[in-house]
Amino acid sequence: MVTREAILGWLEEVSDPEIPVLSVVDLGVVRDALQVGEQWIIVITPTYSGCPAMKVMEQSIREKLTEKGLPSVEIQTILSPAWTTDWLSENGKIKLREYGIAPPENEVDKSVLFSEPTVVPCPQCGSRNTGMVSQFGSTACKASYQCNDCKEPYDYFKCLK
Amino acid sequence: MKNEALYNYLLRLGDDSLILGQRLAEWCGHGPILEEDIAMTNISLDLIGQAMNIFDYAAEIEGNGSDHDKIAMLRYEHQYVNTLLVEQPNKDFAFTMVRQFIFDAFRKPLYELMQNSKDKQLSAIAEKSLKETKYHLKHSSEWVIRMGDGTEESHNRAQKAVDDLWRYADELFFQDDVEKSLIENGILPKYDEVKQAWQQTVEAVMNEATLQIPTNGWTFGGGRIGRHSEHMGFILAELQYMQRAYPNMQW
Repeated sequence: MVTREAILGWLEEVSDPEIPVLSVVDLGVVRDALQVGEQWIIVITPTYSGCPAMKVMEQSIREKLTEKGLPSVEIQTILSPAWTTDWLSENGKIKLREYGIAPPENEVDKSVLFSEPTVVPCPQCGSRNTGMVSQFGSTACKASYQCNDCKEPYDYFKCLK
Repeated sequence: MKNEALYNYLLRLGDDSLILGQRLAEWCGHGPILEEDIAMTNISLDLIGQAMNIFDYAAEIEGNGSDHDKIAMLRYEHQYVNTLLVEQPNKDFAFTMVRQFIFDAFRKPLYELMQNSKDKQLSAIAEKSLKETKYHLKHSSEWVIRMGDGTEESHNRAQKAVDDLWRYADELFFQDDVEKSLIENGILPKYDEVKQAWQQTVEAVMNEATLQIPTNGWTFGGGRIGRHSEHMGFILAELQYMQRAYPNMQW
């Protein structure tokens, strides 16, 4: 007998292709697993509208569940409630920092116009003497920062609320 | 078709995202600095992703096996209903950022208010897209200020861009029976509320940037009913090339 918990547990073995230390569950992309009759439906939501990793994640979820004996799950993509970095698991944040990516700071939703960039501590040396290089980084979900003390450039998993 | 007005509106909304996304993608490998090359292509990706969500919904309404790729890739020029603003060529970085700013300042209040739409899927698209649009507006407004209030050269270029592009801004608020019926039914927000918010943003940023908003009231339109500038055909030639040369190809 397959349970919802078992499926969500298996999906913790499916990683984000861009940030392999995070699973699709840590990331908050997997919202639920529902059973309708005999059919299992995996509900997912995109991080960003155009995130090219979504297709790969969908494929990886299918492969993992096929391997576990569930070859014909349905994958349903929902847009609302819209993904937020608040759904990133605590464990996920720790893994991100260890991987060298600064996890999202708990930013209040400040005004879009005329606001200063967020202070993001360096994931290497912990210094808060850092600066934003660009709001847009190597993937849609990241910004580029640099540490003014250890000089290391790093990615910031930017806050999305 | 049931829901024909909503279908037609979704094409207008999606075409603006798609064509501006395509324009920004032209900067790939040509950005003035590496970070901006990456920023513009990131924003392009968000816009094309939003277009995909919008066209998915349009395809669902259309039925008959339509899908987002067919809608994006297989229409003829007069069937695209984006504004003339988004099809204007990139020219220089100032022109691209001013165009982006005029657009982002419109999209943010549009999506904010559209979250209250009586249509659930449109509201979901708005909720999703708004979060991305805030980052776009932050980026474009900061560049407009940096260039406008920068050197003489950057100021002149930014001012020229404002002078050239201002005539296209009004078309963002175009309304015919499509929008009017949707506004009446609570599916779209009232446009005067969107326009008021847009105006406040534009004036605040232009003021900070020491840029003058043209007082000449002359405006251009036509894109919303499929009448485009000469630039549109060239965009489509590039956008549609693969599907036209290799019909039904898949990546």
